Amino acid sequence: MSNASPNILDEFELDALTEIVNLGISQAATSLAEMVRQEVTLTVPAVTLVTRDEAIRTLGERASTNLVAVHQVFEGDITGRALLIFPEAKSLELVRAIVGGDLSIEEIIELEQEALAETGNVILNGCLATIANQLQRSLKISLPEILHGDSSVFFNLEPPPAPGDTVMLVYINFTVRHRDIEGYIAMLLDMPSIHTLQVLLRELIQRTGG
Amino acid sequence: MAYTVLIVDDSKLARMAVNKLLNALRCDWPRVEAAAADEALKAVVDAAPDLALIDFNMPGRSGLELAAELRRVKPNMPVAIISANRQQEVLNRAAAVGATFLPKPLTEQALAEFLNVAEKALRKDHP
Repeated sequence: MSNASPNILDEFELDALTEIVNLGISQAATSLAEMVRQEVTLTVPAVTLVTRDEAIRTLGERASTNLVAVHQVFEGDITGRALLIFPEAKSLELVRAIVGGDLSIEEIIELEQEALAETGNVILNGCLATIANQLQRSLKISLPEILHGDSSVFFNLEPPPAPGDTVMLVYINFTVRHRDIEGYIAMLLDMPSIHTLQVLLRELIQRTGG
Repeated sequence: MAYTVLIVDDSKLARMAVNKLLNALRCDWPRVEAAAADEALKAVVDAAPDLALIDFNMPGRSGLELAAELRRVKPNMPVAIISANRQQEVLNRAAAVGATFLPKPLTEQALAEFLNVAEKALRKDHP
């Protein structure tokens, strides 16, 4: 994506990371499809490790400034935060897809926070749980929180980020059939977590090849 | 009799995982690997594989599109689609192209069942 991206993981480690993220998202999409009772199509996730500034810029270029994110913190051998991000304009559409078409706009707005939190919970938890299982580690995952704003807001949450923090950006276009809904997933990891992740990925590669 | 297996997945790790299971189940069966649909179709011409294990979610043509193409070129080839995406629509489409759906992460048991069925069918075709 950019030549300035932190060159931490080698090609094979990035391949392994992409594969387990793909596993997690595919399983999460299956759960989302059950919630919306529609097919959810996925593009192949593009996983990149970038600096925080690049992440803010890249997401800013791809998405509008009015974004909504479901945010969850995960803790364990790897600590960080996961965000499911989509344009705010699509959020009511997503709620409508989940709760059905018979509700009034007032009722849908009332349910918005809850439905978004639940969607994020299903997608992010599903994804993080699969990644943790593949790496044979456990992660403690917080309750979902809804955020509104733009990419600079999402990538500068309290506590203040350390200078070396890296953002793992997962670009995935998930589309709910007959509904124009698409989104991104971002995971923010600090440097020690990236190094732990690298060790765990090497172990996974070793296990798979051995 | 040993049959040649075509393994298609854009992830090297995923191809390694399939290879490892094949080592346990049919260590004498030769393999040919491809990272994308086009590469797989070329391998079909070059290596004449007998059966195929295909990832669903790949850049370019999807595993299901590749399976449909293989069905046209080799109507009797046993084909499995491997995916963590277990949506009914995906299962239906796999069935529609005559492919067996195998959940990812692939287990030895699921692959063994597919290989047993495939082996029987191949023996019948080439006694």
